[in-house]
Amino acid sequence: MPATQLIVTAAGLGLIAWVNYYFFLAGRRVGAASVRAGVQRIAVTVDGGYEPSEIHVQAGLPVRLDFNRKDRGSCTDEVVLGDFGIRTFLTPGKITPVQFTPSRPGTYDFACGMGMLHGKLIVTETP
Amino acid sequence: MKESVTIPVSGMTCAGCSGRVQRVLEQSPGVSSAAVNLLTRSAAVEFDPAATSVETLVETIRGTGYGAELPSPEQSIEDALKAEQETRAQEVRDITRKAIVAGLATLGCVILSMLPGLPRAAVTFGQLALTLPVVLWAGRHFYTRSWAAFRHHSADMNTLIAIGTGAAFAFSLAMTLAEGWLESRGLWSPPYYESVNAIIGLVLFGNVLEARARGRTSEAIRRLIGYRPETATVLVTGGEREVPLSAVRPGDQVLVRPGDRIPLDGEVLEGTTSVDESMLTGEPMPVSKQSGDQVTGATLNKNGAIRVRVTRTGKDTVLSRIIAMVQQAQATKAPIQRLADRISAIFVPVVVSIAIATFVIWFDLGPEPAYLHALVSAVTVLIIACPCAMGLAVPTAVMVATGRGAERGMLIRNAEALQRTSQVGVMVLDKTGTITEGKPAVTHVEAEDGNADALLAAAASLERLSEHPVAEAIVAGALARGLSLTDPAAFQAHPGQGVTGVVGGRKLAVGNEVLMTAQGRNLGRFGELAIRHADRGETPVFVAAEGKVIGVISVSDPLRPTSAEAVSELHALGLEVVMLSGDRVRAAQEVGRKVGVDRVIAEVLPDQKLEEIRKLQGTGPVAMVGDGLNDAPALAQADVGIAMGSGTDVAIEAGSITLMKSDLRAVPATVRLARRTLRVMKQNLFWAFIYNVIGIPIAAGALYPAFGLRLSPAIAAAAMAFSSVSVISNSLRLRKA
Repeated sequence: MPATQLIVTAAGLGLIAWVNYYFFLAGRRVGAASVRAGVQRIAVTVDGGYEPSEIHVQAGLPVRLDFNRKDRGSCTDEVVLGDFGIRTFLTPGKITPVQFTPSRPGTYDFACGMGMLHGKLIVTETP
Repeated sequence: MKESVTIPVSGMTCAGCSGRVQRVLEQSPGVSSAAVNLLTRSAAVEFDPAATSVETLVETIRGTGYGAELPSPEQSIEDALKAEQETRAQEVRDITRKAIVAGLATLGCVILSMLPGLPRAAVTFGQLALTLPVVLWAGRHFYTRSWAAFRHHSADMNTLIAIGTGAAFAFSLAMTLAEGWLESRGLWSPPYYESVNAIIGLVLFGNVLEARARGRTSEAIRRLIGYRPETATVLVTGGEREVPLSAVRPGDQVLVRPGDRIPLDGEVLEGTTSVDESMLTGEPMPVSKQSGDQVTGATLNKNGAIRVRVTRTGKDTVLSRIIAMVQQAQATKAPIQRLADRISAIFVPVVVSIAIATFVIWFDLGPEPAYLHALVSAVTVLIIACPCAMGLAVPTAVMVATGRGAERGMLIRNAEALQRTSQVGVMVLDKTGTITEGKPAVTHVEAEDGNADALLAAAASLERLSEHPVAEAIVAGALARGLSLTDPAAFQAHPGQGVTGVVGGRKLAVGNEVLMTAQGRNLGRFGELAIRHADRGETPVFVAAEGKVIGVISVSDPLRPTSAEAVSELHALGLEVVMLSGDRVRAAQEVGRKVGVDRVIAEVLPDQKLEEIRKLQGTGPVAMVGDGLNDAPALAQADVGIAMGSGTDVAIEAGSITLMKSDLRAVPATVRLARRTLRVMKQNLFWAFIYNVIGIPIAAGALYPAFGLRLSPAIAAAAMAFSSVSVISNSLRLRKA
């Protein structure tokens, strides 16, 4: 095998490994909610993804996620919290609050309307 | 960042009041503007959600001494839908413009390359000039969005388009700018500008179609909201006043003229009319209403003016509850979707990996010029892959089906109920209130002395003090015949048997065979008569006076006229139909025979129904239809609990499916809708999977070694645009279901 082919093959394999590492294993940012007037509140920035993408809250207390949609792509135009029966349209350039009360601890998914962009809601036992 | 909210305010009587509320709001922290309207009794506030909240604003208003409430979810649903519609419309206009520009640029590139006699540099630089606006303006959002997603370690459709067109554009740019240098080394090839333009144009065009079709999936709920009138005519001392709906309070009296929609739920105080409730129940026949009857907001008053006392407003109205239920249902996920979800979560990085592998394989093994084939094949893989079709396959079907169901008076709680309904094999029907009207009526009166009216009047006078449904039927029967009732001098109830007492100086006993035997009465010829009636499914009630049976009254719960037809429709759908009843075996079997059910389970006490359902579940999934009041535990135990009420009185939240129409044929209709929906979901999922499973390898060149077949990136872009649009269009077929 000529040198250029070896280099291209090695680079390709390296790139594939990096792609899978970067998208599946690397960095999730975690956010915890601040409690105000008995409601756990957290601001989530929507810009090609959710920031933070992992949110920690307590069971039994109302949760309010303030989704701030910054991008205009149709991929992010809805957020779905299927476990809580919520599908909401997010108006670009505005904050859309979503409120619900998780009753049981567990890990719940939230995602865009097509299930491509994901975030996790981790509900812990009330201390 | 600002948020706006409209808060209902109560208790304001003058401009001074509204001015004060407005001043206080304007001075509170985080509020950038406030407008308090006395007429609509509301405050429109713009505020910074980081500094304050709606709850705080409500508290602030309450601090001024006026009442304030959190805005109703109904209002916010309506606002959100309006905002969504506007945003989508703007998006469609914007993308259409961009798609046209990209299309024109593609055409320009093709024409340039075909013009004879042009120097090569003129062609390539001309094409570059045409492509720059497409890449920098029309397709710009693909790059900015995929970069934003990339920073969050996520990837979506934009990522694929961005890498694909980006690579093709970079290649073409190199061929244009370094033409001489590349040519001297034998590496030059014509640039791919027209492909870049064609891909961006076709993907944008697909986005336009997709945005339009997706807007249509929530049409039904928008229509439901549209049934709510904007204003109501409230009767005030000395006249009437037109006020916005949000200002009407329970207890207010409203006037509804013929041809108007009834604004809110209430009770008719005056007037008679007929009301078209089809928008909520799917029942086309108008319902007649008179003083004392309940009317439902959003239904259409046909021919008489009525005065209505409002009983429910805001989120408590039937319409608001229906809308809330449909909205929630549309957000739920069907179990069938789980696999698709798992695949779309990993889809894009996997496709990028496949594209890189494609490049390497073509580069190592492909024919010359290898680097060119490698690049084109990798780009084609990126472009043909369509994650959107997979993500849209099930949710769009759920949205259209739940909306369509609501329009036909079938409220489906969630996507899972829809999927389960399509799978049930046994349909259990509760007898009373579902197969029958649930309102027993007197069907026959037989008196010893031939005076049926006197017998009925005497029995009814005594039964008036009992609350048993059979007693109510006898009283209603007497009143319907215009008989006058007297007050009994003595009264005693014998639970499960009947009543005894003194009417008009005579000692009377009214009740079943058990009561007569306990009192030592001989049934005589009425005993045989009663058996004949019982065989017809009627309930005999004996009347004894001064120790002797003097007659029998037959009470029966009439069948709903369409029950038999509904059962045969269920049979046609391949379902086993079982009837559950608390009645005596003979009576229940007679009803069962008339409507044609497969099996009758009789003499079941209300608390045993749950156990019967559990037994039936041994053989497979079971659906149970009941009135949702007495059989709630059985409905909950069944795989699908279907609550069926009479019109809009039904307990909407009782079942996993609620039928607003008191017609058993709605049950087979629901099964058909569920089955059609599941079929559409499966078609969509199959198409989305198969499209990618076949399309990606062909794009990678799997057919090249055997057939020499390869796809061009532009064809791949067309296929991908068509793929997601076809999935939505397939779901939209359910609008006619």
